[in-house]
Amino acid sequence: MTDQTTVAQSPSGAAEPAPPPAEEAKDARVDPRPKNNRAWWLVLPVVVSVAFTAVIPLMTVVNYSVQDVFSPSERIFVGLEWFREIARDPEVRGAFVRTLLFSAQVLLIEIPLGVAVAVAMPRRGVSVSVALVLVALPLLIPWNVVGTIWQIFARGDIGLGGWAINNVLGVNFNYTLDSTDAWLTVLVMDVWHWTPLVALLAYAGLRSIPQPYFQAAQIDGASAWATFRHIQLPRLRGVLTIAILLRFMDSFMIYTEPFVVTGGGPGNATSFLSILLSKIAVGQFDLGPAGAFSLLYFLFVQILCYVFFTVLTRSGR
Amino acid sequence: MRRLPWARTVFWLYVATLMLPILWMFGMSIRPNQDILGSFSLIPERVTFDNYATFFGETSWYSSYLNSIIYTSLNAVMSLIVALPAAYAFSRFRFAGDKHLFFWLLTNRMAPPAVFLLPFFQIYQSVGLFDTHLGVAIAHMLFNVPLAVWILEGFMSGIPREIDETAAIDGYSLPRFFVRIFLPMIRSAIGVTAFFCFMFSWVELLIARTITSVNAKPIAASMTRTVSAAGVDWGLLATAGVLTIVPGAIVIWFVRNYIAKGFAMGRV
Repeated sequence: MTDQTTVAQSPSGAAEPAPPPAEEAKDARVDPRPKNNRAWWLVLPVVVSVAFTAVIPLMTVVNYSVQDVFSPSERIFVGLEWFREIARDPEVRGAFVRTLLFSAQVLLIEIPLGVAVAVAMPRRGVSVSVALVLVALPLLIPWNVVGTIWQIFARGDIGLGGWAINNVLGVNFNYTLDSTDAWLTVLVMDVWHWTPLVALLAYAGLRSIPQPYFQAAQIDGASAWATFRHIQLPRLRGVLTIAILLRFMDSFMIYTEPFVVTGGGPGNATSFLSILLSKIAVGQFDLGPAGAFSLLYFLFVQILCYVFFTVLTRSGR
Repeated sequence: MRRLPWARTVFWLYVATLMLPILWMFGMSIRPNQDILGSFSLIPERVTFDNYATFFGETSWYSSYLNSIIYTSLNAVMSLIVALPAAYAFSRFRFAGDKHLFFWLLTNRMAPPAVFLLPFFQIYQSVGLFDTHLGVAIAHMLFNVPLAVWILEGFMSGIPREIDETAAIDGYSLPRFFVRIFLPMIRSAIGVTAFFCFMFSWVELLIARTITSVNAKPIAASMTRTVSAAGVDWGLLATAGVLTIVPGAIVIWFVRNYIAKGFAMGRV
């Protein structure tokens, strides 16, 4: 069983050494679950299916990243050369900063907004069903259709949004020419698209809070804000952990929507890491640099998620 | 629970803003192309269903629509089948490397898809899964299985272990207990998980487009056909866009109660 563990961990690149025995012993005290290595048989199907869909392609990418591929038969081993080149490339660095900034803005807007929407959501009657379905709707739209919707909506000539900004507000707005407008369009699109996910998760979290908590708060004469701050918010920690992780991962890897709307432009104003990556991999067919690029990209997302996950799950204990 | 007095109004205003771009696209789908480009108006002056007739009149359009529905459903079923036992194992037992395995599974959601495209193309072609519904369903397990395990594990941990023990004392074997007692107890969890698998598989385009050509081509990929030398056929593009939203809306309607209830008993 132990060698299966190693097989499963090593390709991910994020594997760590096994926890020291002291930690194991501490876990045994708090964790009532019995230790049973036969449980590996139950997780085997998952390991096999994910190995097929993830590990084999990842190994191929690792293979690209250390070689210079001229043709299928002519390859030269170049070691870490591509990694150095990618890490020094100013275009990659620019895209990295942009993507990081985008993810930060997305989290700062969507998490509070999503919680606010969840708090304001109806709790009784038919309106609950209607509200749930309407709020969830943007999540079920294929990503390139989301791009299409905003490509149309934000246009100054045929789109309501762009037209209203130009003609009602009187501000000159054109996302195909102006970098700020393009950035705002992509950001508003993402907020439109993904705030519902945060709202639904937070709503589910709120619904799970037992009524006596609120009755107690009412008896104490707590204000709406105090009720939110001391009863609702702490109980949302679990779902918000999921929401923050999902939103970080997906915004950091955003590709389809901005690709449809702006194609990374104007200039490179909305050229995020994934757009630059696919330009190198599919457009220029530079497999070596693209392989190195995606491994570094993958590693960074993993590390940040690990940090988020650890901080968020520990802070509540 | 108390709600602020203006919360209701603000909420429905938010929903209205949310619907606006979708309604705008719907409005475009029922207007003739010369009206879309010719004059700007809030309410369509002339209403036509020609675009919808074109969509359902052409086999290539609606067959790609069916393709998407087939591989999405297949993916949801397959993801659930492999994820259920695994989630049970994570929620009930400790085993060598469990924490690392759990995190490793989650990391697969974080892989930037752009660079997986070429290996995917090569692998699926060499094993004969290229351009099949099964192929797309398997490829989408990359991000759906980890998510399914994560959600299900949360729900299952909320169910007291004493139930397992009582069933064992009553002489139930593990598989029989799992199917007869445990699965019915987490019905809503399965509903929520299936919903999420459906959702993420339905909205994904990049991988689905790469490993298909004709027989399993997704609807979202067919939409690029509306761009031709003569320009963009905005009406038809909007029509296809509207129709891609319909299955999603139906699915949400069926699981709407599970979304709130289901989550509540799980990960909170």
